[in-house]
Amino acid sequence: MKSNYTYPFLILIGFLILCFFVNISLGSVSIPTKQIFKSLIGNIDNESWQYIIQNYRLPKAFTAILVGSGLGISGLLMQTLFRNPLAGPFVLGISSGASLGVALVILGSGFFGGVFASLLVSKWSVVVAASLGSFLVLLAVMMVSSRVRDTMAILIIGLMFGSITAAVVSVLSYFSSAEQLQQYIFWGFGSLGNLSWNELLIFFVIYCLGIILSIASIKGLNTLLLGENYAKSLGLNLKQSRLIIIISTSLLAGTITAFAGPIAFIGLAIPHMTRQIFNTSNHKTLLPAVFLFGAIVMLVCDSIAQVPTSDYTLPINAITSLVGAPVVIWLLVRKRKMIF
Amino acid sequence: MVKNNIHIILQTKDLTIGYASKKKETIVASQINIALQKGELIGLVGANGIGKSTLLRTITNVQNPLSGEILLNSKRVSDYHPVELAKQMSLVLTEPVASKNLSVFELIALGRQPYTNWVGNLSDGDITVIEKAISLTNLEDLKYKKCYELSDGQLQKVMIARALAQDTDLIILDEPTTHLDMYHKAYILKLLQKLAKETNKTILFSSHEIDLAIQLCDTMIVMTKDEVVSDQPCNLITKGTFNALFPKDLIAFDDKTGSFKVNK
Repeated sequence: MKSNYTYPFLILIGFLILCFFVNISLGSVSIPTKQIFKSLIGNIDNESWQYIIQNYRLPKAFTAILVGSGLGISGLLMQTLFRNPLAGPFVLGISSGASLGVALVILGSGFFGGVFASLLVSKWSVVVAASLGSFLVLLAVMMVSSRVRDTMAILIIGLMFGSITAAVVSVLSYFSSAEQLQQYIFWGFGSLGNLSWNELLIFFVIYCLGIILSIASIKGLNTLLLGENYAKSLGLNLKQSRLIIIISTSLLAGTITAFAGPIAFIGLAIPHMTRQIFNTSNHKTLLPAVFLFGAIVMLVCDSIAQVPTSDYTLPINAITSLVGAPVVIWLLVRKRKMIF
Repeated sequence: MVKNNIHIILQTKDLTIGYASKKKETIVASQINIALQKGELIGLVGANGIGKSTLLRTITNVQNPLSGEILLNSKRVSDYHPVELAKQMSLVLTEPVASKNLSVFELIALGRQPYTNWVGNLSDGDITVIEKAISLTNLEDLKYKKCYELSDGQLQKVMIARALAQDTDLIILDEPTTHLDMYHKAYILKLLQKLAKETNKTILFSSHEIDLAIQLCDTMIVMTKDEVVSDQPCNLITKGTFNALFPKDLIAFDDKTGSFKVNK
């Protein structure tokens, strides 16, 4: 059945490569296209250009690919698991957990005071806090959800934990200085461009784990399309599949939030956009398609956020929603059907 | 028919069904001894709330029996590995399919899940079984339609085809005729009768269509307040079992027509 989709896949791969090159060609410093290609193969004479491409634009482009594809895939997993077209990667409270961790570090640093505080608010502490926060919230959600049979209950439990953490964050904000608040809000804007190659490597390893688990769940996901009771009657180990799907999502969405901030919209929208092109529910086709589509959209959004030929960089979080939401509305109005 | 010579697919021995909590047991029905033969169409009838669903849930190993045992091909249902059980028993449930975006072929193909590899690739053998299930249920024209384009009757046929594709000795259907008009009720039950004959599978369904079931089933299981009886429909009529099915104030069973009449 996969052969039906050879052309769309080839076109998407072509698009991805194109977007990748467009993405690294654009930036506040204009570098001739020829020089960019040269710099990818070997060194070029202009050292600062070489530096910009190697240490800034390339890692950023790779980050965009990982973020877009990872969020898209975790969104797809959640939509199938919860049989809900409105589910996204953050329904389990992952982003709110990360926000809580970051809020505790940035906003709460006032409580620790002085030199210690400035030590705390380094970039790594934010990453660690975000990971810890999302991990703890997720752990709580999973512990509670292991006691309930109904998958919908997990959805609601995730939402409730989201509310609790949001409340704690607002309490913390109330007691924080304007400077700290600004720092926290800036984290919330999301950013693709802050990763060094070392950080990218750690990001990539965890990302791969998540992707491997999602590939392992393909059969289970397809079975779940019939509903949980049918899936059970087909011999599916429901609890185990559910756990693998949830772990996969949390690895993907958790690291992405830790390294790039809470990127809105992509995880919810990409699976829907993909289903409009690939008119199938088979995850064997959907999973790679969502991967490619998510990476492309994220690269495009990042290129726009750079505001080509200007010095400004807009918050990526705003761009993903501004670009993506109208596209989804347009697609749905045109097709008149939320196919799921 | 000499029953002893026929291969028994499913058998219950002194089965008691119901719900158990820590404090007390709620018995729904007890002393259930039924034997389902190969190639038979069996109808399960009874009033609302009498325990048809509980019986089906117990037989299909969704809930545990309070006592007694259920043997499927001489092995206890609870001893099966889930995947092995899925190769012996397939279900058609009342709940709608979660994703209506599946095509008819894709949905039926999911019936092959217990046999496929880790990623669910269909082998040529799987495709043959699927095509056979499609032709047995006359779904050739709808093969590439999406489920949201189908009527209730067509969807029910697709679900039956999916159970056929699962290639099991026993197919169990929970009220397959609800939401259908009179013609399609008869159509689905007639189809089940044909499938039982042609594929030599045992098909058990629960239904409220007592008059249709009497005409089409090889055996009927009647659940009343006091007992669970299973026999050929004509014997059940002679014994007057159907009279005990409902309270007598409103409707009565007419032996001659084999259907219920409203008291005047």
